[in-house]
Amino acid sequence: MEKVLTTHFANERYRRLDTYRQYGGYEALKKAFAMTPEAIIDEVKKANLRGRGGAGFPAGVKWGFLPKDLSHPRVLVINADEGEPGTFKDRLIMSRGPHLLLEGIAISCFALRAHACWIYIRGEFVREAGVVDEAVAEAYAAGFLGKNILGSGFDLDVTVHRGAGAYICGEETSLINSLEGKRGWPRLKPPFPASVGAFGLPTIVNNVETIADIPWIVTHGGETFAGLGVEKNGGTRLIGVSGAVNRPGVYELSAGVNLKEVIYHHAGGIRDGKELKAVIPGGSSTPVLRPDEIDVSFDIESMAKIGTMAGSGGVIVIPEGACMVRALSVLMNFYAHESCGQCTPCREGTGWLKKIVGRIEAGKGRQGDIELILDLCDNMMGRTICPLADAAVMPAQSFIWKFREEFDRHIGEQKCPYGNRF
Amino acid sequence: MSAVFSETGRAEFDRLLTRYPDRKSVILPALHLAQKEFGYVSDEAIVYIAGLVGTSPAEIEGVATFYTMYNRKPVGKYHVQICRNISCSLLGAEHLIEHVSKKLGVRPGETTPDGKFTLATVECLGSCGTAPVMQVNDEYHENLTVESIDRILDRLP
Repeated sequence: MEKVLTTHFANERYRRLDTYRQYGGYEALKKAFAMTPEAIIDEVKKANLRGRGGAGFPAGVKWGFLPKDLSHPRVLVINADEGEPGTFKDRLIMSRGPHLLLEGIAISCFALRAHACWIYIRGEFVREAGVVDEAVAEAYAAGFLGKNILGSGFDLDVTVHRGAGAYICGEETSLINSLEGKRGWPRLKPPFPASVGAFGLPTIVNNVETIADIPWIVTHGGETFAGLGVEKNGGTRLIGVSGAVNRPGVYELSAGVNLKEVIYHHAGGIRDGKELKAVIPGGSSTPVLRPDEIDVSFDIESMAKIGTMAGSGGVIVIPEGACMVRALSVLMNFYAHESCGQCTPCREGTGWLKKIVGRIEAGKGRQGDIELILDLCDNMMGRTICPLADAAVMPAQSFIWKFREEFDRHIGEQKCPYGNRF
Repeated sequence: MSAVFSETGRAEFDRLLTRYPDRKSVILPALHLAQKEFGYVSDEAIVYIAGLVGTSPAEIEGVATFYTMYNRKPVGKYHVQICRNISCSLLGAEHLIEHVSKKLGVRPGETTPDGKFTLATVECLGSCGTAPVMQVNDEYHENLTVESIDRILDRLP
């Protein structure tokens, strides 16, 4: 299958500008400068490129939300705050193909008429931030960034900005607050960032993978990109498979690849010859699937039809013998830890979920605890500024709906049938 | 202890100021810089950065405490952070945390008496495909086993 991003990732030198250019790097930028910004945006729309950060919003449509009025400067912010457990694909792009991202940024900014871009990289990715920083310096020195890029008259400044350890900063408005030097608290919408975003300016926030796809789209055309995927979901996706599989890793596959094929063919099936127990398909917040549900296309619509999400493409594989209550407890710990505390239903709710699931796992569950969890979930879902509460609720509800007997058993036997371990 | 950036630190801070339309945007990078230069974000560093940025120490404090990566108290020479989220847990991270805790004689959050190691558990290092994972200072160590974690920690000078 045709690859958009990872063809040369095995080559360690691909991160360097000279090698990137040997493979045709920055030719798409030259082509873009011969096009109008509108024509580039049209190609992105034709590509059916859906945002790769998790929500899956059509990128070209998002770009269209910028005000027509050009009297204010507008900016692009790259969301490289990869923090959803199970997701580790943007890190691969940053460390192996940083110029793909930078070329995508240059083309996108030209299309958006933006002259400044910040790449917000999660704080833990010290090494990746260093690689991207070096690539930025190379691109400036070669005239692919900075003033009058390639004689086009177009100026662009790109700055790498490191986060400091806060999952919530992956949410676009809290990322903007964090970029401005504040606590990463999500903002109420509207106004949407496209009207009032970073530094009060019209802002587009896009995921790393989304922007790294742009050079290929400009080179080969939006329709060709769309053809790599399925209806409404163009191109390829980087799918990260982790947990109990024989070959964990990031695989670039069609946006319409079958989930079962991802696990059994690409990732080599379940470790230690075990059976599959459950799959979290698109990062830790997406509803869990049972083995009989995974014969499904990984595209956004097909996943929605079965009540889950393709999300950020982070497939987490849980083997037979693993305790689902324990797995949920690990996740609830995470969301309680990462709630920013701004909205009461989330601040209090995630803490309660952590406590209740934790006590069930510890063999101290009470009758009515499961109903209490479900009731809490109803009081959290959709009642907060940002979707972090939803992100905690979706696994909690789906784990109970699909593995209820394990919760009942923990409470009934007053112990973990799996010995409190994986 | 006084907290003033070194000459190169100050040059880096001044360079940062040119990269944003708003002076306050350098707060996060400045806190990273302070941690690098002083080992942790001390009260003095907070006052110093507030002065440089032109805001109140309370505001800097509010930002510094929101993010987990800023250490408000000193940590050991090696900050050993083991991921305990789902993909790492499924492949034995809990066992590794217990092992290292016993080996170093400290619980997560504590520093060894000689000041060499601080042990911490963290939520998702974004390296799930190579789980279990730990971060020692700025370095990631992946696909950990009890043997490899012993080797890594024993070799640290």
